[in-house]
Amino acid sequence: MTPALPGAAAGAGVAAMTVPPAAFLLVGTLLFFIGVAGALLKRNALSMFLSIELMMNAVNLLFLTYARMRGDAAGQMVVFFVIAVAAAEAAVGLAIFVALFRARMTIDVDKANLLKW
Amino acid sequence: MTFPFPASDLLVILPELVLTQLALGILLWATVVRKGREATLAWVSIASLAAAAVLIPVAARLSGPLPRAAFGGMLTLDRFSIFFKVLVLLATAVTILFSLKFVGTSSYPGGEYYALLLFSAVGMLFMASGTHLVSIYIALELMALSQYVLAGYFKRETKSVEAAAKYFVLGAFSSGVLLYGISLVYGAAGSLDLGDVARSLAATPRSSLLGVGIVLTASGMLFKIASAPFHVWAPDVYEGAPTPISAFFSVGPKLAAYAIFARIFFVGFGPRAGDWAPVLAASAALTMVVGNVGALLQQNVKRMLGYSSIGHAGYALLGLLAYASGTDARGENFGLWAILIYLAAYLLMTLGAFGLVVLLEAKGYATESVDDFNGLSKKNPLAAAAMLVFLLSLAGIPPTAGFVGKYFLFSAAMKAGWPSLALLAVLMSAVSLFYYFRIARAMYLVEGEGELRWREEPAVAAAVAVCVAGTLLLGILPQPFVALAKSCLLP
Repeated sequence: MTPALPGAAAGAGVAAMTVPPAAFLLVGTLLFFIGVAGALLKRNALSMFLSIELMMNAVNLLFLTYARMRGDAAGQMVVFFVIAVAAAEAAVGLAIFVALFRARMTIDVDKANLLKW
Repeated sequence: MTFPFPASDLLVILPELVLTQLALGILLWATVVRKGREATLAWVSIASLAAAAVLIPVAARLSGPLPRAAFGGMLTLDRFSIFFKVLVLLATAVTILFSLKFVGTSSYPGGEYYALLLFSAVGMLFMASGTHLVSIYIALELMALSQYVLAGYFKRETKSVEAAAKYFVLGAFSSGVLLYGISLVYGAAGSLDLGDVARSLAATPRSSLLGVGIVLTASGMLFKIASAPFHVWAPDVYEGAPTPISAFFSVGPKLAAYAIFARIFFVGFGPRAGDWAPVLAASAALTMVVGNVGALLQQNVKRMLGYSSIGHAGYALLGLLAYASGTDARGENFGLWAILIYLAAYLLMTLGAFGLVVLLEAKGYATESVDDFNGLSKKNPLAAAAMLVFLLSLAGIPPTAGFVGKYFLFSAAMKAGWPSLALLAVLMSAVSLFYYFRIARAMYLVEGEGELRWREEPAVAAAVAVCVAGTLLLGILPQPFVALAKSCLLP
């Protein structure tokens, strides 16, 4: 299940400890679901947005781990694109939240209730 | 200078390259155009879309025999993608015609608006030909990010901003879920190329990792086509966004999302069709019920059309299911060409109906109600007749495009062994008659009180006329379109 990661045992003389890929996968999955919980439970638009960013970065960790496990570069490539997309998303999202704040003087999503049913 | 790919690959994306350049040019030009002179920008945008449309066959001819894969399998130009590209360009051009006066007479600048529409169109063009999960994801985000801004373009209208904020938060969340799904698929299949994914899935045993990945990817797709249980954003966004943008949202992104939905699930996850079909079936049933019952309760026309478009997304899911169940005796994938026909019909009738809402001048921003149509047949019989054609088509009554589309879809569902879903679809079509005919009743049977507010706009009228002609033509003479759709299937 856990091939030794190349380079992990390179520290000569130091008792090298290999962190198994499963640990990275576990951390990534945990981070993702913390992000999901935040996005669903928080009522402040900025906190929701930060939680969504956490989800995307958790996915980046997963992609990197799978890429390393399989020795495939495609997974590493994805991460660059996801970071770029997340940056663009931050620009658009923050602009929308500023416009929302100017219109309503709040970014509490429960108060954004003009459009309903 | 050397490229890691043959230079002829650039020919494959020639329409997209040209459209991107023109959109950037329009964005620059918009900085020096004064308010009130922006109609020129709109016409240049339409010309850019036309140029892209003309370049599609050029690209197909110059780049070699179809299907032509490019950039190491990132994109593929085939007849399936060309079908969607043409529809997307048409939808965008009609949206710009709708916007001419709507944006021109508003207090908001028009230049960035048209540029954003074109960027969104570029994203959809790439979605249509994406054959790698990364290229599909980036194209999807290019489309979605432009659309978040467009939804909130009237930034001093509280409803518009609220629609944008809801669309953004839910859209970003759903793309995060989609990305997680893609990462699980990558972990299980070891590749992001759809062809490699399919080969890997056919060779490996079933695993829970892969199952979760496929379901999460499906939920990202279902969000984009506004299917239950991921539909909640649609009515809010359609109501709050500027009306031409609502028209665009109900057609463009859905077409592009259906293109990637079909490609990912048939080409990539095809070997696991038996596993994901029940998930889609549940979503289809729920979507048809939620969309049509929800629409019954609406007074706001844009909101009603929003719910109605949810219902239509549910019908089209039947086609995906039918495709999943395999081919018929003649080896035809009847599900997929039924979807293609249906989406073309849906584009014409939905854009047309929204066009008449654009013409209807409401008392305030986003307050167009069914009552606003009162007495339209007396004031403007042609417009009322056009709306009636669209309503008949949306309800699926012959001789209109909507009937042809539904007929093929529902019979495909029957053939593929989902008779209960086909029955539910027919029942829900009957329910839809109630709310569509509330508008018809308002136009023909109710006397208008006071002055009917109506814009006279030749550009919108021309676009609506094209939609009427298309709706009737597709309804009366479906055979050429069926032949065309059958030639545009996925391998």
